[in-house]
Amino acid sequence: MSDKILQITNPVLSISNLSIAYGKKDKLAVKDVSADVKRNNITAIMGPSGCGKSTLLRAINRMHELYPNIHTEGEIKLNGETIYEMSTSKLRRKIGMVFQRPNPFPTMSIYENVIAGYDLNGSKLKKNEKDEIVETSLHDVGLFEEVKDSLNKKGNFLSGGQQQRLCIARALAFKPEVILMDEPTSALDPLSTAKIEDLLVELKVHYSIILVTHNMSQAARISDNAMFMYLGELVEYDKTKTMFTNPKDPRTEGYLTGKFG
Amino acid sequence: MEKALINKNEGSNWRELKNKLFFGLVIVLSGITIMPILLIVYKLLSKGLRQINLDFFFKVAPDTLQAMSAVQSGEIIPGGIANGITGTLLMVAVASLIAIPVSILIGIFLYENPGKKYASLIRNLTDILQGVPSVVLGLIAYFWIVKGVTNGFSALAGSVALSIMMLPLIIRSTEETMKMIPVSIKEAGAALGVPYHRIIFKIMIPSGFSGLMTGILLSISRVLGETAPLMLTTLGNRAINFNITKPTSAVPLQIWEFYNNPNMIDLVWSSSLFLVGFVLTLNIIAKRISTKYS
Amino acid sequence: MKSEKITKLVLVIASVVILLIFAGMAYSMIKGAIPAFKEFGLFRFILSTEWDPTEGKESYGAMPFIAGTVITSLLALIICFPLAFSTSLFIAEYFRKTKIATVLSTLVDLLAGVPSIVYGLWGFYTLRPLIAELGYAGQGYGIFTSGLILAIMIIPYATSISNEIISMVPNELKEAAYSLGATRMEVIFSVILPNARSGLVAGYILALGRALGETMAVTMLIGNANIIPKGLFSPGNTMASVIANQFGEADGIKLSALIAIGLLLFAVTAIVNFIGKIIIRKYA
Repeated sequence: MSDKILQITNPVLSISNLSIAYGKKDKLAVKDVSADVKRNNITAIMGPSGCGKSTLLRAINRMHELYPNIHTEGEIKLNGETIYEMSTSKLRRKIGMVFQRPNPFPTMSIYENVIAGYDLNGSKLKKNEKDEIVETSLHDVGLFEEVKDSLNKKGNFLSGGQQQRLCIARALAFKPEVILMDEPTSALDPLSTAKIEDLLVELKVHYSIILVTHNMSQAARISDNAMFMYLGELVEYDKTKTMFTNPKDPRTEGYLTGKFG
Repeated sequence: MEKALINKNEGSNWRELKNKLFFGLVIVLSGITIMPILLIVYKLLSKGLRQINLDFFFKVAPDTLQAMSAVQSGEIIPGGIANGITGTLLMVAVASLIAIPVSILIGIFLYENPGKKYASLIRNLTDILQGVPSVVLGLIAYFWIVKGVTNGFSALAGSVALSIMMLPLIIRSTEETMKMIPVSIKEAGAALGVPYHRIIFKIMIPSGFSGLMTGILLSISRVLGETAPLMLTTLGNRAINFNITKPTSAVPLQIWEFYNNPNMIDLVWSSSLFLVGFVLTLNIIAKRISTKYS
Repeated sequence: MKSEKITKLVLVIASVVILLIFAGMAYSMIKGAIPAFKEFGLFRFILSTEWDPTEGKESYGAMPFIAGTVITSLLALIICFPLAFSTSLFIAEYFRKTKIATVLSTLVDLLAGVPSIVYGLWGFYTLRPLIAELGYAGQGYGIFTSGLILAIMIIPYATSISNEIISMVPNELKEAAYSLGATRMEVIFSVILPNARSGLVAGYILALGRALGETMAVTMLIGNANIIPKGLFSPGNTMASVIANQFGEADGIKLSALIAIGLLLFAVTAIVNFIGKIIIRKYA
């Protein structure tokens, strides 16, 4: 493998030769990407719009299959298990996802939103088990004190930042191995963004986080490792510090110095 | 276009005057447009209100003799339209049971398959179905049910005609409602590994519930006042009937009967008042729900 | 994965209901109409002006009802247009987003909620005597009275589509014309109308589709004469009203003739509505 791709031992995820095409087979959104993701780290995926970073992220929990006419080649392994051989519902319980805009279920209360993953998958839990999951998940995202008196209200009175933390709690409720985040702060104000960033740094103790971001300084602040993608290719993958101080590929340097993006 | 406007700059007084005259014309014609609804409501209230009492809701229609003697002695006509009210409720309930589940499924089918050829065929046929005159649907239900199933006029035949009227309205409103739910809500469900049918029934339908309700209530209010298809299918009944295989009355059918019977004229107005009140109330509730939602 | 397939299958099966309804409608109507078409010939049935139920020399033709339908509907459209268009200008242009526009559009919407039979009653007891006083139409029944009531009935449909189309005309275009010194009326005729034209046409076509199939109100006001109307105040019958009127006592070849008329009505409204929808879809 080229020296531009970071080598990792005992990775949580291992992507090999992944190519994804929308519609016609020759138009690749992701081109032959191979990379391993380090456990209990924050891995950032950067790149200009349309570079394939969101498609790559969605391929990890197979959300990209929701689009019509998708062709996927290559392999992704979660702890050595091939994800394309698992059922999507099992996979998505092990790999949680947080979206660009906070998207709590509008018809459900805060409590129901956190436990939604269990309820909607038909898991039968006792009341006290549910209570515990809801409380820990909300604690973990630092929201419990703020909402403990209004657990049975709908979440629409919460601020954008609080709603996004609620969505993170919803993903944490399954105790996933990996959490995928697709520009989770792009719709938030700077203060809420800072809170979410602090939260991610706390969460990486227990979870492996993959973060797609448009925001280079965010990647620099909180990620341990960073990937740079351009036109569907994984151009460079390194420790964040190394990449920002000493990029090996001229395209990475161009992006980091603001020549395009 | 701009050139023409500049050339007209001469004679700006005349232009101003024309502008004002046109504005006046718009006001006058708009005023004329709303006259009928005001006149209709006034007529119904002034002529119909005095017949409305408890009996009106709980007794069946009087026979001609009773009505005639009441009219001659200057009293209000005894009896009411209980047979029509119960018949209307029965038929609309059965029509809803037939139409609502299947049209919500079809609406979701259209939403889930945008741009597919087969789906757009279904969408076009749905649009055409919406334009089919109700009297033609009466003919259809006559063939299918009166001749084919119940061997005679029946509430079921009326319900089938009404349910075909309701289908396109609910299908399109379901599709539009689903389109208005942010895709991210659906994705949030998928990302939690929720199975497809639960995403639809536990996330999409509850999220669009008020939109669906609006569509359903509007479709019910559309069919409540239908007369022509019922004349061809349910015939009418002097008594209260809850057997869907037997002839049944309905409020609009009773209006038609009263209209054709000179002794019952007073009942025409009260039953029309009731029908219009019922339909408009449903309409208003539906619109309230939809504005609250958006 | 399996549940997904089952759910998708259920949705497809539901959609087949629409196909079945159409196939069933076509089958039943054509089957019912065939005796009449056979007896009189398809074109002779459509073109014949005779409607004679006398036993022994029965003869049925659809022309009087086709003529009645077309004339009343077009008359309705002509009366409806200035009223609905003015109302749309009031709601979507002159008083856009004001309280009074909301009141007006609510009142117009209410028109759509009044059942056909109530229009018939009101027409019978209020409009008909007024028209009788004009002295042209005897008791006041006929084409004109029916056209008038149809016009009122289709106003809400024409207005609500016009409202949408007019409010879709971009503000920048209107402002451009104002900045050149155009008056409001000139803006309406040189900017709004040209930009909204095809949408408005589609709206009125759809309203026409409604008028073609209206039954009860027309039945109560048209005078029920099975002849080609001789003038604006002549009595007549429409395709929908003749079915409603004569279905009860019809059997044999007469029933078949009525069904054939229903089939023609279905075809005509389907075509008119389809054209309207195509124009509006292209527009949007």
